[in-house]
Amino acid sequence: MDSYVKLNHICKNFNHVKALNDASIEAFKGEVLAIVGDNGAGKSTLIKILSGVLRPDSGEIRIGEKSYSSLSVSEALNAGVSTVYQDLALANTLNVTTNIFIGQEITKHGILQKDEMDRQARKLLDDLDVDIPDTAEIAGNLSGGQRQGIAVARLVNRGGNILIFDEPTAAMGVVEASRTLKLIRSLADKGMVVIIICHNLTQVFDTADRVAVMRHGKVLVEKPASESSMHEVVALLTSADKILGDE
Amino acid sequence: MAKLKKSGQSYTFVLLLVMLAMIVVMSFVSPYFLTLENFKNVLNQSSIYLFLVVGMAYVIAAGEIDLSVGAIIGFEGMVMSNLYYAGVPAGVCLIAGIISSVFIGAFNGWLVAKFRINSFIVTLCTMTVMRGIVLLVMNSRTRYGFGPVFAFLGSGQIGIINMPILMAIIAVIIADLIMRKTRYGVYTLFMGSNEVALSRAGVNTRRHKISIFAFSGLLAGLAGIVVMGRLNSAEPLAGTGYEMDAIAAVILGGTVLEGGKGSISGPFIACIILNIIKDGLTLLGVSTHYQEIITGVIIIISVLVSGRDMRRKSEV
Repeated sequence: MDSYVKLNHICKNFNHVKALNDASIEAFKGEVLAIVGDNGAGKSTLIKILSGVLRPDSGEIRIGEKSYSSLSVSEALNAGVSTVYQDLALANTLNVTTNIFIGQEITKHGILQKDEMDRQARKLLDDLDVDIPDTAEIAGNLSGGQRQGIAVARLVNRGGNILIFDEPTAAMGVVEASRTLKLIRSLADKGMVVIIICHNLTQVFDTADRVAVMRHGKVLVEKPASESSMHEVVALLTSADKILGDE
Repeated sequence: MAKLKKSGQSYTFVLLLVMLAMIVVMSFVSPYFLTLENFKNVLNQSSIYLFLVVGMAYVIAAGEIDLSVGAIIGFEGMVMSNLYYAGVPAGVCLIAGIISSVFIGAFNGWLVAKFRINSFIVTLCTMTVMRGIVLLVMNSRTRYGFGPVFAFLGSGQIGIINMPILMAIIAVIIADLIMRKTRYGVYTLFMGSNEVALSRAGVNTRRHKISIFAFSGLLAGLAGIVVMGRLNSAEPLAGTGYEMDAIAAVILGGTVLEGGKGSISGPFIACIILNIIKDGLTLLGVSTHYQEIITGVIIIISVLVSGRDMRRKSEV
């Protein structure tokens, strides 16, 4: 099966820091790709390049049949890339519906169609099995899992088919983390490309179809999760210097 | 009550009750308060501030501040009076004044958005620079005599309605509709709550921020026209301190100083309340210095109350 998203030989420097050094990954429709690595490995930089927040110094981004040397945020959105960052990118002072529809508001002659947006927000949340009783509730008053649900509903509403999650279960309790991962899994089962960055290897191997291990800006290995193990990943992360040689 | 607290409309309703209570209190305090003439006076006084309050409400809702609006009034007066004295028709002078006000606002917004300088610093600096330029160009002297067009806009009437009040009410209605019913209003509030998130949603936040400050400048320009027309004069220090009154009304009206939450209706009523207080104190013969003290105390109390709400939420 051909990959739907491919980042080839991506390099990115920040002054003298080599954040990405010839990094390549690929992701497939209907699968969850988990990117793991220690702090500073380049995981966030890689997904920011895919989501258009950063431009690579060199390399290629392929989405479907199209090839890009770099993407802007709006180009990435148009290509179907949607990202849920660790901070969830929500407005804590505004309500659920507003957060779901930000940038995608339904208007008629320039006037917001609030009732229609409320209705669609309700349906989205119900379809995703996100437990938020009232779409008029202020986002800042909700739990971490509910807020994650809003962020996911926003992605789905945007119609993107490439969904990126940066540490989706950070600061969540066990129950909420489990719900969030179940939600992420269901998105992949619907045929979307799902990429997650996650430090929790247990959650990675419970949820992901493929695992990519990064260190020092390189992807050391990318393989099906069924052909790997936590032990192997930890070994790769801790003894990567031997694999890379001396840079 | 907890459910009501979610809605800004409940706070606006409380303000409305406060306004009615103020009217009742003031009518007992002074026999001259509850007269038609005095009500018209209060509304007339409020009209100038209403323009500034509307612009400031947008700026603060977006998480910024604009200290230059009072100075824009004086600067615009200089621009218009220079042109008028040079023989330019009044209509052209008005347009030039508005353009200069919008330009200054947009310039403020550009500095804030492009260079990420704190808006307090930017607008404090532009305020200071404008005041200096005006005093220099006008030689610290007031200019007089600007003809019937200015006089009409400053104190004319259409039927029984005073022109400045009519203009201000129209501005309030339009601004309120935009804030509540359009993407522009949503993006303004969202910007105040989480600007980075708004950018990630594909919105051009730099352009939006510049437009908010330009809008503030436009409204300060309208206020400046009323100021100049009312007194038929262009004073170098016109508008001094008006920004603080605008900020007081916006904060008292329920707009959070940190941004992300606000309305137009609340600041509108708050502006009327503050002018009722000023009017009542004037009728009692209280010095304007005490009025300034009271305005300052109201700002502090409003900020403390709105800050307490934010602190409570963050503790939860």
